[in-house]
Amino acid sequence: MPTILDPDALERITYLTGSASIVPGLSSTPARVPFDDGVVDFLNEVSRELMRDRAAKAYPDLITFGFWIRKSSVRKLKERFKVDDGALRLGRGLVFHVAPSNVPVNFAYSLAAGLLSGNANVVRVPSRDFPQVEILADVFRKVLADHEEMKPYVLLLRYGRDKDINDWFSSIADVRIVWGGDRTIAELRKSELPPRSGEITFADRYSLAVIDSDSYLAIGDKAKVAEDFYNDTLSFDQNACTSPRIIVWTGKQIERAKKIFWEKEHELAAKKYAFQAIQSVDKLTKSYLIAAVEPGVKIEARPDNRIVRVTVPKITNYLMDYRGSGGYFYEYNCEDILEIRELCGDKRCQTIAYIGDGKAVLPLIRTGIKGIDRVVPMGKTMDFDLIWDGYNLPALLSRAIVLA
Amino acid sequence: MTFDEILNISPYSLDGEEKEKLLIGRLAELTKFHRKNCPEYARILESMDFKSDKVRSCTDIPFLPVRLFKELDLRSVPAEVVVKTMTSSGTTGQKVSKIYLDRATSSNQQKAMVKIVSEFTGSGRMPMILIDCPGVVRNRTMFSARGAGILGFSVFGAKRMYALDDDMRFNVEKVREFLDEHRGQKIFLFGFTFIVWQHFYKELKRLREEGTVFDFSHAVLVHGGGWKKLASQAVGPEAFRREFERVCGLRHIHDYYGMVEQTGCIYMECECGHLHASIFSDVIIRRPVDFSECAVGESGIIQVVSAIPESYPGHSLLTEDEGVILGEDDCPCGRKGKYFKINGRLKNAEIRGCSDTYADNFGS
Repeated sequence: MPTILDPDALERITYLTGSASIVPGLSSTPARVPFDDGVVDFLNEVSRELMRDRAAKAYPDLITFGFWIRKSSVRKLKERFKVDDGALRLGRGLVFHVAPSNVPVNFAYSLAAGLLSGNANVVRVPSRDFPQVEILADVFRKVLADHEEMKPYVLLLRYGRDKDINDWFSSIADVRIVWGGDRTIAELRKSELPPRSGEITFADRYSLAVIDSDSYLAIGDKAKVAEDFYNDTLSFDQNACTSPRIIVWTGKQIERAKKIFWEKEHELAAKKYAFQAIQSVDKLTKSYLIAAVEPGVKIEARPDNRIVRVTVPKITNYLMDYRGSGGYFYEYNCEDILEIRELCGDKRCQTIAYIGDGKAVLPLIRTGIKGIDRVVPMGKTMDFDLIWDGYNLPALLSRAIVLA
Repeated sequence: MTFDEILNISPYSLDGEEKEKLLIGRLAELTKFHRKNCPEYARILESMDFKSDKVRSCTDIPFLPVRLFKELDLRSVPAEVVVKTMTSSGTTGQKVSKIYLDRATSSNQQKAMVKIVSEFTGSGRMPMILIDCPGVVRNRTMFSARGAGILGFSVFGAKRMYALDDDMRFNVEKVREFLDEHRGQKIFLFGFTFIVWQHFYKELKRLREEGTVFDFSHAVLVHGGGWKKLASQAVGPEAFRREFERVCGLRHIHDYYGMVEQTGCIYMECECGHLHASIFSDVIIRRPVDFSECAVGESGIIQVVSAIPESYPGHSLLTEDEGVILGEDDCPCGRKGKYFKINGRLKNAEIRGCSDTYADNFGS
């Protein structure tokens, strides 16, 4: 039996799409088959509206999302996630999404994953008033106006720290998806889920990069690499779970590669990065802290405080505890990829961004490490995929029906 | 150059060039001393490949961020000779700085402070009213910034009393008695800016409205600790002065800037409203983007250097405060050295990221 929702609690919800009248019927909304044509068409229209939207043009993250949900892109996903095991597939039912408070567009990807897997969705959007959230909400409202039947499938809402509301949506959810890291997960775990319901949690994660110096030097367009690295790191204050904090250098020309790589990166950072005064103190503190506790650390000379680099003599499993953000990098000269095994054995390690051959990390993964869910080319760390953080979302958000 | 030699010089008598000559020798020696005696400090200098023979001026001395003293126990003397451990005031759950003092450093702090403050209040000891509660200094082995300030300033008191009880209530009767007893004498008032305003000024104001008027026109007030807490009540230095004069005739008021990480060499506010660096210490303003030195009139992060710290490597520190040098050697008050003003704390960074931040954790 679902928890009874106090009518006052409902008053505390702001609906960005739909209205309170949808809430009571949510749990009886029919599930759909994954990649249902109606859903695919709906998302395609959202994409079209978004691409047409004048305001959206200023936000590359919105445009990227728009591309990701257009029909041609979704068709490829459908092909990729087709399962050929004889069972039928249906969405699990109702997915309750809790989006992170400080990433503007993440909630939309989470919603799309829920929709494409055949579910109705309740999405708690970021509390911070990002323009991207408003634009997306406008677009969804517009498209939903012509798709009455989709309304219970797309319920975007906002509410404050409110356990009553968490309890209620958790009590009717078939799957709960929690973004926003360890603290938010702990908060949501206070709200019980029904026995058969599942949960997908996106905990605090950290990432690194592996750069093969020889491959880097062989690349003609160094400016493009600098741009890619910028997008992976500084564009998000180097504080996304996917942002590399440690750079592992391999190959034979490490020093030469580093010199060029950082010169280009610094040039770009000086042009684009909105540097905040306190970051200079933060980075100085981090670098002195690791230098004080770890012998042999080298703080590299730097033109300014936009990028602070610290070379470590060895990779320890606690190095991530000293991680910084906003342009603060640990560097390690690596001879054998297995040297970083201990670090990657940490479950908090998420993405390896690479320049060179991604397969070079295979021996590392085959040792049975507990961390590392993604090995992707530099510049692609933020690209959302239906397999994320080690979870196959369409598989987890649908159920298999055996028809023998 | 030993510290005692510096003590023999009048604190605001040297011009920029003379002071630089005096301080650089001492700071370079301290840098070597701490490198030899504090392993963490040595490793930090090692990590940035610091060469002491390249030091040409005070600005070349490496600076440690004050936050480092919250993360690490930094000492340049054996634990057995530590006589006092000072801690910064932090709210519950926050890490506090721990500053280890041996006899020499502790005594030099006291001596420097006496020399500095006397320049503003006169050298004789005075009847003193501490605007705080006695409880703040009860634990003598762990000194909070507040307790350390109270004890440090207590040396100026010929006779001392606490104006507040342990519940922070203003003790009208006792203060009245104390004033009667010392009629005609100059009274030294000391306290922390926020406490002085909240528990002293507000009480005086209330009492005045009830018809009980205190006269502090013959007193001098020294207060410090910053304006952050008062900013929420929209009280700045001007309102502070104006109101004190209005409610009790107190005109002789000196704010000071100082921190537990460099106790002793405080920066006192002169009659013109400027904070002054004495010969025991100096202020360098740095540009956040590359830590280069700011020009006069240009705001930046405040670095403080001090000739005092021997027991811990705190002779050159980068604060998290923002300030601006107003001038050097030419303040109308006549004191030499740099004079400056504090703009406030550096703003906390607004950082994007996937993990919800502590302040706006779930639901905000």
